[in-house]
Amino acid sequence: MSLPAYATIPERILHTLYLIVCGLIFLFLILPILIIMPLSFNVEPYFSFTEGMLRLDSDSYSLRWYKDIFTNGMANPDEPVFSKWFADSWNNSQWVRATRNSFFIAICSTIIATALGTLAALGLSQSEMPARSLITSLLISPMIVPLVITATGMFFFYSAAGIAKTYLGVILAHVTLGVPFVIITVTATLVGFDRSLIRAANNLGANGWTTFRRIIMPLIAPGMISGALFAFVTSLDELVAVLFLADVEQRTIPRQMWSGIREQISPTILAVATILVCLSIVLLTTVELLRRRSERLRGITPA
Amino acid sequence: MVASASSIESSSTSGVIVAEDGIPLKAKLARTTRRTRLRALLLTMPLLLFLVITFVIPIGQMLLRSVNHTAVVNVVPNFAVAIQDWDENDSEYPSEELIKIFVQDLARARKVREVGKTVGNLAVRVNYEIPGTASIFKSAARKVGKFEDENYREQLFALHKKWQNPNLWRTLKRISHAYTPSFYVAAIDRQYDEQGNIVKKPEKLSIYVDIFLRTLWLSAVITGICLLLAFPISFLMSVLPLKTSNLLMIMVLLPFWTSLLVRTTAWIAILQSQGVINNILVWLGVFGDESRPQMIYNQTGTIITMVHILLPFMVLPLFSVMKTIPPSYMRAARSMGGSWLYSFYRIYLPQTVPGIAAGTLLVFILAIGYYITPAIVGGQDGLLISNLIAGHMQQSLNWSLAAALGSILLVIVLFLYWLYNKFVGVDNLKFG
Amino acid sequence: MKKFTPVSAGILLAMGAGLVHAGTITVVSWGGAYTNSQVQAYHKPFIAATGNQVISEDYNGGTAEIKAQVEAGNVTWDVVDVELSDAIRACDEGLLEEIDHSSLPAAPDGTPATDDFLPGTLYDCAVASIVWSTIFAYDKSKMADGPKTVADFFDTAKFPGKRGIRKNPKANLEMALMADGVPAAEVYEVLGTDEGVDRAFAKLDSIKSEVVWWEAGAQPPQLLADGEVAMTTAYNGRIFNAVASEDKPFEIVWDGQVWDLDLWVVPKGSKNKDLALEFVAFSTATEQLAKQASYISYGPARQSSGPMVAKFHNKDIDMGPQMPTAPANLTNALQNDFEFWADNQDQLNERFNAWLAK
Repeated sequence: MSLPAYATIPERILHTLYLIVCGLIFLFLILPILIIMPLSFNVEPYFSFTEGMLRLDSDSYSLRWYKDIFTNGMANPDEPVFSKWFADSWNNSQWVRATRNSFFIAICSTIIATALGTLAALGLSQSEMPARSLITSLLISPMIVPLVITATGMFFFYSAAGIAKTYLGVILAHVTLGVPFVIITVTATLVGFDRSLIRAANNLGANGWTTFRRIIMPLIAPGMISGALFAFVTSLDELVAVLFLADVEQRTIPRQMWSGIREQISPTILAVATILVCLSIVLLTTVELLRRRSERLRGITPA
Repeated sequence: MVASASSIESSSTSGVIVAEDGIPLKAKLARTTRRTRLRALLLTMPLLLFLVITFVIPIGQMLLRSVNHTAVVNVVPNFAVAIQDWDENDSEYPSEELIKIFVQDLARARKVREVGKTVGNLAVRVNYEIPGTASIFKSAARKVGKFEDENYREQLFALHKKWQNPNLWRTLKRISHAYTPSFYVAAIDRQYDEQGNIVKKPEKLSIYVDIFLRTLWLSAVITGICLLLAFPISFLMSVLPLKTSNLLMIMVLLPFWTSLLVRTTAWIAILQSQGVINNILVWLGVFGDESRPQMIYNQTGTIITMVHILLPFMVLPLFSVMKTIPPSYMRAARSMGGSWLYSFYRIYLPQTVPGIAAGTLLVFILAIGYYITPAIVGGQDGLLISNLIAGHMQQSLNWSLAAALGSILLVIVLFLYWLYNKFVGVDNLKFG
Repeated sequence: MKKFTPVSAGILLAMGAGLVHAGTITVVSWGGAYTNSQVQAYHKPFIAATGNQVISEDYNGGTAEIKAQVEAGNVTWDVVDVELSDAIRACDEGLLEEIDHSSLPAAPDGTPATDDFLPGTLYDCAVASIVWSTIFAYDKSKMADGPKTVADFFDTAKFPGKRGIRKNPKANLEMALMADGVPAAEVYEVLGTDEGVDRAFAKLDSIKSEVVWWEAGAQPPQLLADGEVAMTTAYNGRIFNAVASEDKPFEIVWDGQVWDLDLWVVPKGSKNKDLALEFVAFSTATEQLAKQASYISYGPARQSSGPMVAKFHNKDIDMGPQMPTAPANLTNALQNDFEFWADNQDQLNERFNAWLAK
C-alpha cells in the first residue's frame, strides 16, 4: 500500500505508525511459533536462551531432546545394533508409539470423514436440497458445540456401547469433529461450480457415475484434498475427546504433550513441537497450492 | 426441449400443458423436482445418520442425566413410593410405619453390591442436598439388621442426632423421584431451604454463576482484542498487491494450522517466570530477579494465549469481506472533501460489518467453550466453565451437576450459533 | 488371507498351550518415582515369577475413571492404587471387588496377614501397601535458615516467596488449622464446624496471592528445582527421591504432616479379576513391601516388613528416619480422617473451588 503523492506530513507519520502496528501484530502471530525452534536445540533443560546460545556457541546447541523423543521409554537406549535399537524404539519409545497412534487414528478418521463429508456436500450444494439451512447447521455443529460437552456425551454413550477406550471409539469421535471442515471446504469449491457441465456430460451420453468420475471429481478434488487435510490436522491435534475416550493404548501425541506439560516441561516437548510446526508448514503449503489450482480450474482469477 | 415446446403449443388449447407422454407438465416437473430433492437428501443421509448416532444421541443422553438421578428410587424403592403420602405440614417426621419401610429397605440395600443401587449411592445423593449426612446412612445400614421389630423410629433416631432433623426427611421426600430439578438449582447457585423454597446459596459456596459470567466476560474481552488486532492487518492485506498479501496471509494461516498444544507450550516458554520475556526484562533491569511479574497461570495468560489461538478465526472472515470492497469508494469520499477519519467511519466501516459480525460471533462461540488452554495456563482465576464441567466429570464425580452445567452452556452456544446462522449464514464459513 | 490349514491350527494350539497362564493386567498408579518404586518392587518380580505381563498406567488420583468404567461395564483397569477415603467411598458405591483377606500371604514367621498388617490397613475391598504423607519442603541452598514449623509455611513475612500447594482442599485445610494453632488431635473436630472451616480458609487466604497450584505428584520437586516456588507441599517420597537420586538440596519439614494410606483396589468387573487379585496378594507380601521401601520413603503397611527395610537401593541412606511413621517425624502429625472427607468432600470441594475462583 502506498500513499498518494498529495498526502500530508501528519498523514505520512500516521501511515508509518500504522505499518509498525501491523508489523507488531504479525510478529505476535508468528513469533511464538518460531521462538520454540531454537529453544528446542538448547543443551540445557531450560526454556530460555542461555548466554552461549546468544553467542551462537555451537556447544550450547544440541540434538539431545530430539534423541530423547526416540529413546524415552526404550528398554535399552544404548543398543549398538541399529536394527535392534530401532525395533526397541519403534515398540517402546513413548513418543514413537504416540506418533504411530496419532497417524493411525488420523488417517482412518480422515478417510471416513472425507467420504461422508464430500457426499453430504454434494447434496447440500444442490439448489433443490430441502431444509438445507437446518441440515447444514446440524452437520457443522460438531465444530461449534463445546468439546467438553461433546466428549462427555460420547464418553457415556461409547462406554455403554463398549467402544470407549478402543481405537474405534477415538476414530468415530475424530470423524465427527473433522466432518465440518470437509463440508466447509468442499462446499466452497462447489460454489461457482458450473452445473451446465453436468448437463452437457449427460447430453453427451455419460451416465451418472461417469459424470461424477470425469467431470465432478476433477473439479472438486482440490476441495476434497484440502478438506481431508483439515480433517487430518483436526484429528492430529485433538485432545479433549482423547482425554475422555482413549486408554493408554491409544495415547496420541497431544495426549503425551498434555501429561508432559502438566507434570514436567522438558525441552523434549519443544522438540516435538518444532517437528509439528514443520509438519504444519508442509500441510499449509499443500493446501495453498491446491486452493490456487482449484481457482485456476474453475476459471476464477483472484482479484 | 424442442419436442416439449411443440407439445405445449399443441395442447395449449385444452388449457392444461402436457408433456409429450401426455402427463401434465406441472406434474412431471414436480416429479422431477421431487426426485432431485430426494437425491440431494440421500447424499446427505449417510453423514446425517452417522452424526445422529455418534454425536446427537450421545449429547442428548448426557443431558438427560441433568434431570435424572435414580439413586433414591433404586436403593429404597418402597420407601420412595410410600413417603409421597406423607404430608410434611402435618407432622414433623414420617409415621412409624414409613420409617419401618425405610429401615427394611435400608437393610435390604446393605446386601446389594450392584453399582448404582448401594447404600453408598444413596448416601452420596443425600449428601449433595445436606452435606455431612453420608456417614449416617452408611453406619445405619450396618446396624439396622439388628433392630428389634418395634419402635423403629426410636431405634433409628438413637443412632445419630442427624436422623432427628425434620429437614432430612423432607429432603428425602423431595428427592424420592427419578427426575429432579435439583441439579439445575445447584447449577445456578441456589439451594432448597428448610421449607423447600429455592433460595440463594451463601456467598462462600456460590461459584457457577460467577464462572459463567466470567466465561462470558473473558470471551468478550478476547473477542474484542481479536477484533482490534485483526482489523488493521486484514485491512492491510486487502489493499496490498496479491503477492505480498499472500505472503502475509501465510503468517496468519501458519498459527491456524499449528497444533493448539504447540502454541500453548510456546506461550508457557515465553511467559513463565523463568521464561523468555521475563529473562529479557530482568536482563534489561526492568525488574529485579526476585520480583519477576506473573504473566501466566492466571487470567492474563489465558487471555494472551487464547487471543493468539483465535485471532485467525477473526482475520479470515474480515479479510474476505474487505477484499470485496472497492478502494474507489474511499477515494470518492475523500475527493468529495471528507477527512480520512470521516470517510473511513461513514463509508468503509459500514461495509465491513458482515465480516465483523462473522468473525466476532465465531470467535466468541469458540471462546466460551474453551477447555484445554485455560486448564494449562489458567491457574486459579483464568478457569472457564468448561473446566468446572470437566472437574465434576473427572474429580468430584457429580455427573448430574456436570450435565446440568453443560446443558446451560450448550443453550448459550446454540443461541449464539442461531444468531450466526441468522446474520451470517453457515454457508459463509470459510478457511483460507 | 492365509488358508487355515491343520498345520497352522496345530501351531496355534501349541502356542496356546504355552500361553495358558500368561495374561496381562493393567496396574494404575500415580506415576513418576512412586510408580517406578512399584515397578521395581512389585511388577518386575511378578512378571519374573508368574510369566504374566503388567502394563503400568499413570493417573492423578480420584475414582472418576473407575466409576466410569464400572458403570459402563467396560473395565480396562485391573488394579488401582488409591487413597483411603476414595477406596472406602468406591467400595460403598459398589465399584470394587471384595478382597478375601485370607488370600493374602502370611508373614515369614507364619503370622497370618490379618494380624501382620498394621491396624486400619485392611478393608473389604482394599489392601494397603504403604503409608505416605503430605509434608512441605524447601530448597536449603536458597534458604539457609529454613522454616521449622507448619506455621512458617504460612508466614510469608518471615519467609518470603511463592508457595506450591496441591489444588485440592484435602490436607491443605488440616495444615492451615495446625498452622493456626489447632492441636493435631482437635483438627477434625474444629473442621467439622462452620467456624472451623472459615478459620482454615482464612489462613489459606493469607497466602493465596503467593500460591502456585499443582496437581500431579511429579510437579512439586520440579517447582522447587526451577525456583518457581520457595516452599511447596508435596508427597514425602517425591522429595526424598529428588534428594536421594538427583542430589537436590531439598529439606523436608515434618511438622504438621498429614499422613494417609495408599491401597490396592480391583475395579468391579475387571476382565482379569483372578490375576489382579493374585497381583495384589503378591505385591503386599512382606518381602515386596520391604523392597519397595528401599526405592521410595513410604512406610510399608506390614509390621513384618519394618525390620527388613534398611538402606536406599543404591545409596548409603538409612530409610528408617525417612518414613512418615518414624517417631521423630510424628511429633506433630495427623492421620487423614477418611470418614470426615467422605461426609464433607463435596461441600468442601465446592467451597474450595468457589474460594479459588474469587
